[in-house]
Amino acid sequence: MNYHWNWGVFLEPVKSGDETYLDWLITGLGWTLAVSLTAWLLALAIGILIGALRTAPSRPLALLANAWVELFRNIPLLVQMFLWFFVVPEFLPRDWSLWVKQDMPAKEFVTAALCLGFFTSARVAEQVRAGLASLPRGQRDASLALGFTLPQTYRHVILPQALRIVIPPLTSEFMNVFKNSSVAFAIGVLELTFQARQMQEDSEQGIETYLAVTLLYFICAFAANRGMAWIEARTRVPGLIARTG
Amino acid sequence: MNHRTALLVALVITAAPALAQETGTLKKVKDNGSITLGIRESSYPLSYLDDKQQPVGYHIDVCNRIVDAVKAQLKLPALKVQHQAVTSQNRIPLVANGTVDLECGSTTNNEARQKQVAFAPTTFVTNVRMAVKKASGITGLGQLGGKPVATTTGTTSVQLMRAHEKGKGIDFKEVYGKDHADAFLMLETDRAVAFVMDDNLLAGLIVSSKAPADYAIVGEVLNVEPIAIMLRKDDPAFKKLVDAAVIGLMKSGELDKLYARWFMAPIPPKNVSMNFPMSDALKALIKAPSDAPAESFNKR
Repeated sequence: MNYHWNWGVFLEPVKSGDETYLDWLITGLGWTLAVSLTAWLLALAIGILIGALRTAPSRPLALLANAWVELFRNIPLLVQMFLWFFVVPEFLPRDWSLWVKQDMPAKEFVTAALCLGFFTSARVAEQVRAGLASLPRGQRDASLALGFTLPQTYRHVILPQALRIVIPPLTSEFMNVFKNSSVAFAIGVLELTFQARQMQEDSEQGIETYLAVTLLYFICAFAANRGMAWIEARTRVPGLIARTG
Repeated sequence: MNHRTALLVALVITAAPALAQETGTLKKVKDNGSITLGIRESSYPLSYLDDKQQPVGYHIDVCNRIVDAVKAQLKLPALKVQHQAVTSQNRIPLVANGTVDLECGSTTNNEARQKQVAFAPTTFVTNVRMAVKKASGITGLGQLGGKPVATTTGTTSVQLMRAHEKGKGIDFKEVYGKDHADAFLMLETDRAVAFVMDDNLLAGLIVSSKAPADYAIVGEVLNVEPIAIMLRKDDPAFKKLVDAAVIGLMKSGELDKLYARWFMAPIPPKNVSMNFPMSDALKALIKAPSDAPAESFNKR
């Protein structure tokens, strides 16, 4: 292939301005981390709540939780980004709508973090529900028989066990959040994929650019993987779950 | 240098012109019996898909004339023409790696790109300006202070905006659409008060919008960009053929006719005219064809 390689491109200044391309990628990485981590915290909080509600004895609450999961699981992430960014503000009153569209601080970031958080929460909820369903029924019954209320039973007895069981699939979700955050470029968040596109357009060294960005995404996802493995080891209760792997 | 080496060198030198006739792209095209054109899906009116999903446009017509010249030179009247859709991200790698032989889109010829690819003589010149809603009363960059301004991710306009921002001390909020249609949507839905882009693309978006009369292209010219057909670098035989074909179109006046057909007359899919008269810069380039990059242009 007839390609002009230039690995020094990262340290070269961009066409307009005093930054280097490396500065662009670092800014991009910062936004990727900000969107991903905010979305993940949101997803964990909502996901655990919704997952627990899906196993609750109250039918309306379980239905509501099921509706949440199906809504966010059945629409492509990119479409959800567009819905929150372009469509939802149109239904607000005129003044609010204009404020959201023009003056709201960090509107792209807020929209992307909320959207990715909701999307991931549906997947987390499904895994939490699976974890809860995998526990023997006796755990809940025994806890209720001992005089715990239902919320206490969830909080102190069955959720702690279920969450330990589902750490491996949650690890995959956490890694997915970093990769999925790349969709946020579509609504103008200045994250890694966005910066990669800018850099390739500005420098015309597309292969070097995308290799570097691939490596950065890999490092993020792998760090998430190792972090979760550490949590898994730290929270393991001997005798509760057989150690695998 | 001993006698044998000298003989070898002499042989290579005499053999070279014979080989050069069919190396690179021309040899590839002859061996495959087909040539691949890179096309864009929505670069109005240079290269886009019509309502039957067929590639049409000013640069597609120019490319078809170049293909005719290739057919004549290789004596292959039945040469197959294939189309490959490209985007601003993949067009240069696809030309460099041999997937696409001629890119017939809306690519700015600049110095960074000339490191990777070669360009035919410039066949279109675009001015980077801004589209606004007429009702906003905006007529220049100076009125954009503190306001959101849209542009498309991965285009040269982003850098131009930043450079201007610094130069004039105007502080506006940049918002980004992932493609031209999205960036225009930002203007349409009041997320941005202006959209900075190549003026021909702005004119095309306005013409195909819901209310063309609501918009205007205004303000100072941020940059002048030569747009050209792209081909592989370091392939002198093919470059010579392409240059000759394009310059032929310019000298015979046929390029003016093609321009009039795509920029001054109703075009598909909506059958409205862009009404976009030829710029003086392009008129000058038709008189004196050149493949100089944008940088040399803006120094003038």
